[in-house]
Amino acid sequence: MSLADICNISDYDSNRGTKNDFHQMCTNFTSNMSLGVPPFANAVANIGNMAKDDSGRSIKINFDHGTTTLGFMYKGGVVLAVDSRATGGQFIGSQTMKKIVEINDFLLGTLAGGAADCVYWDRVLAKQCRMYELRNRERISVAAASKLMANMVYNYKGMGLSMGMMLAGWDKRGPQLYYVDSDGTRTPGKVFSVGSGSIYAMGVLDSGYKWDLTDDEAYDLGRRSIYHATHRDAYSGGIVRVYHMKETGWVHIDNNDCNDLHYKYKAEKEDLENTII
Amino acid sequence: MSILAYNGGAMVAMKGENCVSIATDRRFGIQAQTIATNFEKVFQMGPHLYVGLPGLATDTQTVMEKLRFRKNLYELKENRLMSPKVFAAMLSNLLYEKRFGPFFVEPVVAGLMPKTYEPYICNMDLIGCINPPNDFVVGGTASAQLYGMCEALWEPNLGPEDLFETTSQALINAFDRDAISGWGATVYIIEKDKVTIKNLKTRMD
Repeated sequence: MSLADICNISDYDSNRGTKNDFHQMCTNFTSNMSLGVPPFANAVANIGNMAKDDSGRSIKINFDHGTTTLGFMYKGGVVLAVDSRATGGQFIGSQTMKKIVEINDFLLGTLAGGAADCVYWDRVLAKQCRMYELRNRERISVAAASKLMANMVYNYKGMGLSMGMMLAGWDKRGPQLYYVDSDGTRTPGKVFSVGSGSIYAMGVLDSGYKWDLTDDEAYDLGRRSIYHATHRDAYSGGIVRVYHMKETGWVHIDNNDCNDLHYKYKAEKEDLENTII
Repeated sequence: MSILAYNGGAMVAMKGENCVSIATDRRFGIQAQTIATNFEKVFQMGPHLYVGLPGLATDTQTVMEKLRFRKNLYELKENRLMSPKVFAAMLSNLLYEKRFGPFFVEPVVAGLMPKTYEPYICNMDLIGCINPPNDFVVGGTASAQLYGMCEALWEPNLGPEDLFETTSQALINAFDRDAISGWGATVYIIEKDKVTIKNLKTRMD
């Protein structure tokens, strides 16, 4: 009688071997939708305890966080506008981050929340969308792409993923805008704003929004909304990037430094005040 | 989050050749939300004496008023101006009185000694431990960034113009890496026969 028999392990040999070891050491290298999970009995329920020290105080991990992003539909398609600041706690880690991901020529995604979460899952989504295109010889619909995303992150619900993204695209059914987040919410809509500065952006966006905006008016509205959010919100700033989703695919409109925008808008406001008096 | 980082703010003071500078940002915020961009936290306490009180905004104002009261009382009793050194000692004493329930400010004192016009700067922690170095002092939420900038830019015997440039560059580039300070800056250059106050044009995000 061997130790394996006493311990009731009959298939011990089949569980080791180089192939399996290799697989367990780099799960998301071979399947990028399965992440490593801490070796707890019930990982989803116990993962919260990981962030506590010996005396039960919570250990603070400062992920890159804090964002303002917005997207809205109007007669000319979809406009997306985002800031570019990445902060870890109070520290500004980057002022030039790209928070719009070009998934393909007809699909854009915005990032808000945990920077690593967003970047990683957007990349996986981009791969999934490309695979769909190769298999089916047609582009994936925005509805399907957003559902892929929602389902992927739903598998990790409760384990601390933090992301709120918008997916904008143009498919057979026309222009589309979806909101997807790490709670598993997925919803289509006309006007969205996501991130720590979203409340400020929404204030400007709502007051200037109408369906019949011209292209230039729409870009300016997006730009202004983000600018005002960066002014009020400490965790948003840097560069305002504006994208337009058209029938012919996305177009990158422009990048504007918040500093230039501030003094431009200030001059415009002063001019206006002087002409009225 | 620390109560010292509730409102945000950055401050720096530097010694020069027969002059001192003190500079601060102008933000008043509540955590991430910027409420105002014209908030004063450097106060004149004499012809050549300034004190900066970065930290919790309510304590900035309370401590400033307590200081002004005690300084006026001293000057009426003694019939002479209070020197920066004495002022710092008084401030330290005031802060230590609240050792077990402190004011949440990290004061910075900058001035010229009466008569000799010798530069004096110091900072202290929130319970009044004085640190009077020969080069520069910093305070507020961007202090780590400020130490880096000052360590790189400061040199001995700067004239008032160069001191202004060095102080401004150190402050602006430090608070541009801090989310909760910035939104404008004010620089005070204190010389024997004039004090120059300049507002800087900075990033407003």
